[in-house]
Amino acid sequence: MSRRWLKANALLTPTGLWLGIFLIAPLVVVVEFSFATRDTGVARAVLPWTTQAYLTALDPAFLPIFGRTLAYAVATTFACLLLGFPLAWFIARHSGRYRTVLLAAVLIPFWSSYLARIYAWKALLDGEGLVNTVLGWVGLGRDGGFLLTHGAVVLGLTYGFLPFMVLPLYVACERFDFRLVEASYDLGHGRTSTFFRVVLPGVFTGVLAGSLLVLVPAAGDFVTPKLLGGVDQSTFGSVIDDQFRGGNNWPLGSAMAVLLLVLVVLVLLLRGRRGEDVL
Amino acid sequence: MNRRPWALALVVAFVFLFLYAPIVWLALASFNSSRSLSRISGLSTRWYAELFDDTRVLASLQLTLQLALASAVISTVIGTLAAFGLRRAFPGRGLWTVLLSLPLVVPEVVMGVALLGFFVKLAGIPLGFGALLFAHVAFSLSFVVVVVRSRVSGMDVRLEEAAADLGASPWTAFRTVTLPLVAPAVVAGGAFAFLLSFDDVVISSYLTGVGSTTLPVFVYAQASKRGVSPEIVALSTLMVTATALLLVIGVVIASLRARKAGSAARLA
Repeated sequence: MSRRWLKANALLTPTGLWLGIFLIAPLVVVVEFSFATRDTGVARAVLPWTTQAYLTALDPAFLPIFGRTLAYAVATTFACLLLGFPLAWFIARHSGRYRTVLLAAVLIPFWSSYLARIYAWKALLDGEGLVNTVLGWVGLGRDGGFLLTHGAVVLGLTYGFLPFMVLPLYVACERFDFRLVEASYDLGHGRTSTFFRVVLPGVFTGVLAGSLLVLVPAAGDFVTPKLLGGVDQSTFGSVIDDQFRGGNNWPLGSAMAVLLLVLVVLVLLLRGRRGEDVL
Repeated sequence: MNRRPWALALVVAFVFLFLYAPIVWLALASFNSSRSLSRISGLSTRWYAELFDDTRVLASLQLTLQLALASAVISTVIGTLAAFGLRRAFPGRGLWTVLLSLPLVVPEVVMGVALLGFFVKLAGIPLGFGALLFAHVAFSLSFVVVVVRSRVSGMDVRLEEAAADLGASPWTAFRTVTLPLVAPAVVAGGAFAFLLSFDDVVISSYLTGVGSTTLPVFVYAQASKRGVSPEIVALSTLMVTATALLLVIGVVIASLRARKAGSAARLA
């Protein structure tokens, strides 16, 4: 128990207490609920303990929903990487003041209401919307527009989570020694090989951290699929939401929340120690 | 990568187009004379006028601003302390980082239902402002820690040591050397926390009590019935404009200061 240890823990105590009470304890409550019996009377969970909720949650009927949710989350993560990496790289290559301005420019759109942004996309993707009109000029228009498609959902999710990809990627790019790229070219590597052997390993912690920040929250999002997706767009998140808000089956909702938490833990474990200094 | 700088610039321009398209569209639609978001039929400022007349929207805006401010202040203060706590290696630091990364990766819906169950069943805290504040600080804290920590860990320890060597007390050294160095990150972290709280729909939607509906929850409830109202579009436009203006002012002040410092250095 050195002085340094004491000092560090003293500084961390307020945060630890807050997260202990308002994050860890509620998560424990969810685990407890997931093993309880459904109480149809007051829409809560009661004794005795049972694993019924898990049996229901793992019912094959939910499989398409799980599949769709995962597909949305993975597609969103890749789209965020594709758009976020060039942006982060570009910002990191600029110096001082421009960097701050560019970073801020990435964040400014997010000072508007999230729902208003989603509805703006709704209007833009509509059959008579701007996107379809412009694409129509070059012959890529689509009857009825792009709303209510899987693409629209992934686009909305990508838009919403892009900053969470850009920021850790930017931190990693900023630390990257750009002279390595020159060195790689001088040593006769081509563009592709330089990218995969020099750049990507160099910024890998940022890629990991960014993907983590996008993948799991995107898997839980249900507002975006609901507003931009087609008729049957239930996702993992919306099923959980239904159990608590409408269906009144708290144990089932809790069991599904626990399954999502297991995914969180798995991804955190997979990340290992490598992403730690960025996140 | 450097061989074709225009290719990178082109991609970046496309990404910015993607980021700004809905915002520019919102700004245009806020001056639309009809209710529609998709078709702009004529120009008017009626939605701005209606926004300032709508007491329900203004009341929930006030509550949302108070909540966001309180949440930002609390999470910035204790988050900054935590960022300093993580500065040097000590046994158990890995565990702390795992705890701190949890709020970043736990999906909102899970955190929302967990807090709902917790407040309703165990803690007996009534839903409303208090519950919202506890929750908002819990999900904003980690973002503050991440932002401030990146600055703290990149800081040159020798500067503080130099201050101590020159006779500064630990408090003076902290106030005159450390704090100014981390201040930009603290401000950025605070702004981040404010934004997260101000825009939160999902978690808040489980925790609002009677008479304590935040603006995003109010908008969400309305929107599922008849779409986002043009007043909200007008409000969003005002917020983005205000932020952009603040940013421009900040950059101008910073560059004026830099110029002043530069000429002072030349004189010396």
